[in-house]
Amino acid sequence: MSGFNPEMRTRAEKICSLYPQVRSALIPLCHLAQEQAGYLSEDLMEEIAEMVGVTPAEVYGTASFYDMLHTEPVGKYLVGVCTNIACLLQGGEELLEHAEAKLGVAPGGTTEDGMFTLEDMECIAHCNKAPALQVNYRFFGPVDEESFDELVDDLRAGRLVGDVPSHGTLIREERSAPIALSIDEVLAERALSDAAIAQRKAQVQS
Amino acid sequence: MDENAERIVPKIVTSRIGLDGSHTLETYLATGGYSALRKALTSMTPEEIQAEVMTSNLLGRGGAGFEVGRKWSMLKNSPLRYLVVNGDESEPATFKDHMLIEGDPHQLVEGTIITAYAVGAARAFIYIRGEFALGLERVQRAIDEAYTYGALGRNIFGSGFSLDLVVHPGAGAYICGEETALIESLEGKRGYPRIKPPFFPAVIGLYGAPTIVNNVESMSNIPWIVNNGGAAFASLGIGRSTGTRIFALAGHVNRPGNYEVEMAKLTFRDLVYKPEYGGGMRMGRGVKAFIPGGVSAPWFGPDQLDLPLAQDDVAKAGSMLGSGSIVMMDDHTCMVRAAWRITKFFNRESCGQCTPCREGSGWIEKMMRRIETGAGRESDLDMLLDACDNIAPGLSWPPAQTTICVLGPSIPSSVVAGIRMFRDEFLIHIKEGGCPYGR
Ligand SMILES: Cc1cc2nc3c(=O)[nH]c(=O)nc-3n(C[C@H](O)[C@H](O)[C@H](O)COP(=O)(O)O)c2cc1C
Ligand code: SF4
Ligand code: FES
Repeated sequence: MSGFNPEMRTRAEKICSLYPQVRSALIPLCHLAQEQAGYLSEDLMEEIAEMVGVTPAEVYGTASFYDMLHTEPVGKYLVGVCTNIACLLQGGEELLEHAEAKLGVAPGGTTEDGMFTLEDMECIAHCNKAPALQVNYRFFGPVDEESFDELVDDLRAGRLVGDVPSHGTLIREERSAPIALSIDEVLAERALSDAAIAQRKAQVQS
Repeated sequence: MDENAERIVPKIVTSRIGLDGSHTLETYLATGGYSALRKALTSMTPEEIQAEVMTSNLLGRGGAGFEVGRKWSMLKNSPLRYLVVNGDESEPATFKDHMLIEGDPHQLVEGTIITAYAVGAARAFIYIRGEFALGLERVQRAIDEAYTYGALGRNIFGSGFSLDLVVHPGAGAYICGEETALIESLEGKRGYPRIKPPFFPAVIGLYGAPTIVNNVESMSNIPWIVNNGGAAFASLGIGRSTGTRIFALAGHVNRPGNYEVEMAKLTFRDLVYKPEYGGGMRMGRGVKAFIPGGVSAPWFGPDQLDLPLAQDDVAKAGSMLGSGSIVMMDDHTCMVRAAWRITKFFNRESCGQCTPCREGSGWIEKMMRRIETGAGRESDLDMLLDACDNIAPGLSWPPAQTTICVLGPSIPSSVVAGIRMFRDEFLIHIKEGGCPYGR
């Protein structure tokens, strides 16, 4: 039973402070939760719910809409092979079949050692490098059977830790600049400058 | 002047792509970065900027092709307004925003700040699809650098204008590219499109406040327009198709990639065959069909290769330039399989709110799969067209709408084009009990 660790909690609070309405932080916080635990555990969803002011069921209901948010554990590496049109035309389906054989799982499945979860992805906007894939949302392409095997072996052997960090699409993203003005402050400032402009205009006219 | 002399067409949005450290503030400043913001904030009123953008006739680069200046002018007057930049780029085979986000994030940030000033936004957000991990990092980094440089935060460049800018990650859902679904998603909800009217973002948008939603490439054009003037932009291209545009060329070409070209001056054939662009079809094969504007767009055949890359010409021919993606399919391509895969995509990505879209996409996908795998019947073709007609009555383009958003009516595009253009190929699948291409 545990929610965000202290470091994650601090990051989560910072993210909450970026939005005029805190519920907007729900999805970014789900990404942080996955970074910490690999998936959205019940405890983490409860903590997110408390932080953004909704019920845990609402967090679950929202998260279940999104392909990247997992409410069940997944492998250490999410391997998403694109089979959409540009990749299809360049052998994306054959690549996915090869990936299934190499990893011994069907799309959606996780290898027994917990290393890989295979996914059949929609277009990842890397179509000039078709057939393309992502591992934990890092791009690879064009990938053929040989380079796929190499990639998997390298990941297993830990040779790609620099290129492919572990879970969490925000794992290397942390904002340093705080919000400079609240919305109320902005509105007050604008009202002042509008008044100043109106005054200047009135002076010019008189 | 010699009429045949090639004019030099400026690279408006891709000038830094490929430069060392193109994503860094250092490179950005060394190449004129933030001069447009300085000019805008210290010497132009918001109205003047709006007027320049109106003059430029910049058409939105997200898919619908609506004039950016006109959209801004329709923003409801209210003290509280927001700006949201659409970096969801999920239309299959579109990969231009991906390049701009990773390759020139400061240009995007600068365009966003100028726009926020021009439309009076109290805060601005850049929504980036969650799968762009590196893109999210680069834009966040650019935003942080912009604060340090004084281009964001309180009293920017001493102008009295203040702004905060937040980058926001999506989490994997094509529908969140639709502007009202994007807003829902940014509010921390499921990405369900809202009904228009009343929910036009310019009237009721983010948190209920009037909101401008513009695409990444649209925003990336703004610094150049401010620096060079709307008239200079409008002098490029022909008619309503002004400026330059990035075309994301994919499929069976020798050199797939993003090409920024002057609008309306080249044809599809030029883009596919010229050595500096697509370099011809792979293995010298012929063109069987191509998709001119993302998979929502109806297909074209070889006869349409000589159409210019211009919004209105492509619309008149029954399709759209849409998201700026072009997919080439050679004469070895199975058209049934291609159309089936596109339908599968829509079926997976339908948000499920509207019956014709949710049920229709499922039906069509199943029938298409049946035909591709050899279990189809001849009567399936009429059933397919019927099912398509239920989603988009009349099967014309632009489609009639029976649903909340245009994802639904886009589903028939590829199936209907497939059947109309390649009926024989569908029939061979049915008669031979399988795909003649071996898959
Ligand atoms: C299903 C669907 C998906 C869309 N996806 C995107 C997208 O990924 N990126 C984008 O900029 N616009 C997308 N749009 C268009 C947006 O709704 C909106 O028109 C656009 O962001 C406005 O920006 P622009 O005027 O600068 O083009 C999509 C529309 C629909 C109906
Ligand atoms: S048309 Fe489809 S995607 Fe759009 S709102 Fe309706 S069900 Fe959702
Ligand atoms: S179709 Fe595979 S990356 Fe776009």
